[in-house]
Amino acid sequence: MIEFFTQGGYAFFVWGAYGMVALLLIAEVIQLRAQYRALFVRLNRLNRMRQVDQNQ
Amino acid sequence: MTLNWFKFASPPAFYSLAGRLIPLFWGLTLILLVVGLYWGFFQTTDQLGGGNPQKEYYRIIFIHVSSAWMSMWLYFVMVAWAAIGLVFNTRLSFMMAKAIAPTGALFTFLALWTGAFWGRPSWGTYWDWDPRLTSELVLFFMYIGYMALHSAIDDIRRADRASALLAIVGLVMVPVIFWSINCPDPNQCAALHQRSNLTKIDGNILFAMLTMSLAFWMYSFATTFMRLRSLILTREAESVWVQELLIHRGEQ
Repeated sequence: MIEFFTQGGYAFFVWGAYGMVALLLIAEVIQLRAQYRALFVRLNRLNRMRQVDQNQ
Repeated sequence: MTLNWFKFASPPAFYSLAGRLIPLFWGLTLILLVVGLYWGFFQTTDQLGGGNPQKEYYRIIFIHVSSAWMSMWLYFVMVAWAAIGLVFNTRLSFMMAKAIAPTGALFTFLALWTGAFWGRPSWGTYWDWDPRLTSELVLFFMYIGYMALHSAIDDIRRADRASALLAIVGLVMVPVIFWSINCPDPNQCAALHQRSNLTKIDGNILFAMLTMSLAFWMYSFATTFMRLRSLILTREAESVWVQELLIHRGEQ
């Protein structure tokens, strides 16, 4: 198990490479989900504003 | 059963199709990642020790080569959609091109990053102005340039067309990257980067490498479609179908 983490003394390079890949791929997915949700909130708010305009 | 493929060229049809395909691509991504990583880390250990010159950092190959392949392939696909958009003037094609760019830029950065972390222990340096490394860096700037140009033009149709043209011009970088390692005379062009020869690679390493490449490809489909769905909604916000979608979603 310890061998897996130390990677024969090259842990910094192996995990530095894999860590950045994991970080950026996960960050992209989180950003895309947040973007999609924020879009619905914004479009719904726009619609409510329009309805208020029509009622006046 | 006759299937009308042109149906999916309409944004509302593709919006719902992409919504159904995204979970499928996530499933495939996860399966391929688990298999590829397991194989790469635990089924290629015979590469270490004995008369073998490999050190543990060879494991970076599984993410390095697959990111580099995706960086070039996604650029090619992005240009293909941009060109289709220019020729047929189809809205969805331009949106597809725009949705691919950030994921392509991401994989280009990762190819450079993982390459640097591999180069340091094996070549003794994180970076060198070697033809392969330099041309890959230019590809990264092409992606950034495409996105920057698109966001700099307010009119969406003009932004689509101008950035599509820039992307097509930048396509010249892809064959340059691809053949930049086949330097005929090392005295004329100092190439540090290894030549690639898939037939000489150990079978287990090749299997893990191809599996990881497929995983990244499926990941690209999933993220591109997610981005495309947001893009379609933004651009079609005023249309009847988006308004109906909002009402329908609001009731849930």
